[in-house]
Amino acid sequence: MITVHKLFKRFGMKTVLRGLDFEVQPGEFVALLGPNGAGKTTFMRILSSLSRPSLGTVSVAGYRLPDQAAAVRARLGVVSHLPLLYGDLTAEENLRFFGRMYGVQDIEGRITEVLELIGLAERRRDLVRTFSRGMQQRLAIGRAVFHDPDVMLFDEPHTGLDQDASVMLDEVLRSVAAKGRTIVMTSHDLLRAEDLATRFDILSRGSIAASSTRKELGKNNLLTFYRDALAG
Amino acid sequence: MATRTSTIVHKQSANPSFLKATFAIIWKDVAAEFRSREIFSAMLVFSLLVILIFNFALELDIVTRQSVTAGVLWVTFAFAGTLGLNRSMAVEKDRGCLDGLLLAPVDRAAIYFGKVISNLVFMLIVEAIVLPVYSFLYNVNLFNPGLLLVILLGSIGYIAVGTLLASMAIQARTRDVLLPILLFPVAIPVLIAAVKASEGFLAGSDFSTIYAPLSLLIGYDVIFTAIPYMVFDYVVEE
Repeated sequence: MITVHKLFKRFGMKTVLRGLDFEVQPGEFVALLGPNGAGKTTFMRILSSLSRPSLGTVSVAGYRLPDQAAAVRARLGVVSHLPLLYGDLTAEENLRFFGRMYGVQDIEGRITEVLELIGLAERRRDLVRTFSRGMQQRLAIGRAVFHDPDVMLFDEPHTGLDQDASVMLDEVLRSVAAKGRTIVMTSHDLLRAEDLATRFDILSRGSIAASSTRKELGKNNLLTFYRDALAG
Repeated sequence: MATRTSTIVHKQSANPSFLKATFAIIWKDVAAEFRSREIFSAMLVFSLLVILIFNFALELDIVTRQSVTAGVLWVTFAFAGTLGLNRSMAVEKDRGCLDGLLLAPVDRAAIYFGKVISNLVFMLIVEAIVLPVYSFLYNVNLFNPGLLLVILLGSIGYIAVGTLLASMAIQARTRDVLLPILLFPVAIPVLIAAVKASEGFLAGSDFSTIYAPLSLLIGYDVIFTAIPYMVFDYVVEE
C-alpha cells in the first residue's frame, strides 16, 4: 500500500531523511516511533504530498509521488496535531466543506454517519471554536475519514490531549482501523502505540533503525526494543 | 492495486471539478466571515478612519478635494486590502487549515481562485460602503460608471497579486510585516494605473487620456490572473 525507496529530504544544507526505505502492507497499522528531530513529521508530510522528496521514490496506494499527487490525496486521510478545521464553522459545516473538496457523494448522509462514528452527533451545529481540544481532534478524524480513504496518516494525534480525551481518541482510532484501513501513526507515546499498532518502526537520524511486528515483539517490551534500536 | 482502490474511493467520492472546488472555498470563506466578521470589520473600520483622517488632515477647498480624490481613495483601498489579505490567509494558517486545503484532491489553482474571489467580494463590499461616505465627507460625486469600472479592475489586480503574495508570506514568522513589503512594489503599476484612470473619469477627460491606464489595468489583471494559475502549486508546496 505504501512503498518508499531510498528517500532523501534536504532543507538547504540540512539532510533530514537519509535513504529511508519503508513498506506498509494493506490493513497494517504501523506506529512510527522516534525521538524529536528524527524526521517523522517531514516523512509524514512527504507521504501526504505536502512536501516533495529531494531524492528517492514514494508510492501510496499504487500512485507515485509527486507526479500523481492528486490521485494519492483522494485515497489519503491525514490527521495531525493541528485539527485542520475552521473554528468559525460548525462541525457539520466543516465536514460539508471538506466533503465538497473531496467530491463525496451523499454528503448529508455521510455527515450523520461520521458524526455518529466520532460521537459528536449532538454537537453537529456547534461552532468548532467552542469544542474542547479532544472534541476537535475527534472531528479532525471525522474529516480525515469522511471520503472513506484507504490509507490514513496520523501525525502525533494525541499531542495536547488530556488522559480522558486520549482514551476516547484511541477508541475512534480502533474503530477506524477495524474498517481494514492502512494506518501509519507517529507517536512519542510508546504505551499507546503498543496498544494500537500491529507493527513498530523506529526512525532515527533520518532512516528506519529497526522494525518489528507485534508478533515478532512477542513478550518483549516495546520500550526495550525502542531503546536498543536507538542505541544501535 | 490502483484498480482496487479506485473502486473503493468511487463508492464514496470522485474528484470535484475546478469550479465546484472554487465555489466550495468561496462558500466556506463567506460563511466563516459572516460569523466572525473579522476581515470585513477590520477593513471597513480602517477605511473609514483613513478617509476621516485625510478629511481633517488635508483641510482642502472643494476644487483641491476633487483633485486628490483618486489618490486618497486608492491609498485607502490598498491599505485596507492588505489588512484583509493578511487576515484571510492567517485564518488558513491558524489551525493548519491551509494544509487541510492542500490535502484535497483538487487542482490547487482552484484554491487560489476561491481565495481571490472571496477576498475580492470582501473588498468590493467595503468599497461600496466607503464610496458614499467619501462622497458625503468630501462633497464629491463618485457615482460615475467609469470610476466604478476602474475600482473593479484595480481591485481585481490588487487582490489577484495580493492573494498570491499572501500565500507566500504566510509561511514566514513575520508575515504581517512581510506582505506589505512584498506587495506594494509589485502592485505599484496597478495602483498608478488605477489612480490615473480614476482621475481621468472624475475630471471627465477624453477617453484617449484614460485609454492608456485602463489598458494597463486590464493587462495587469490578465497577467496576474494567469501567473498564479501556473505557479500557485509551487508557491504553497514546501
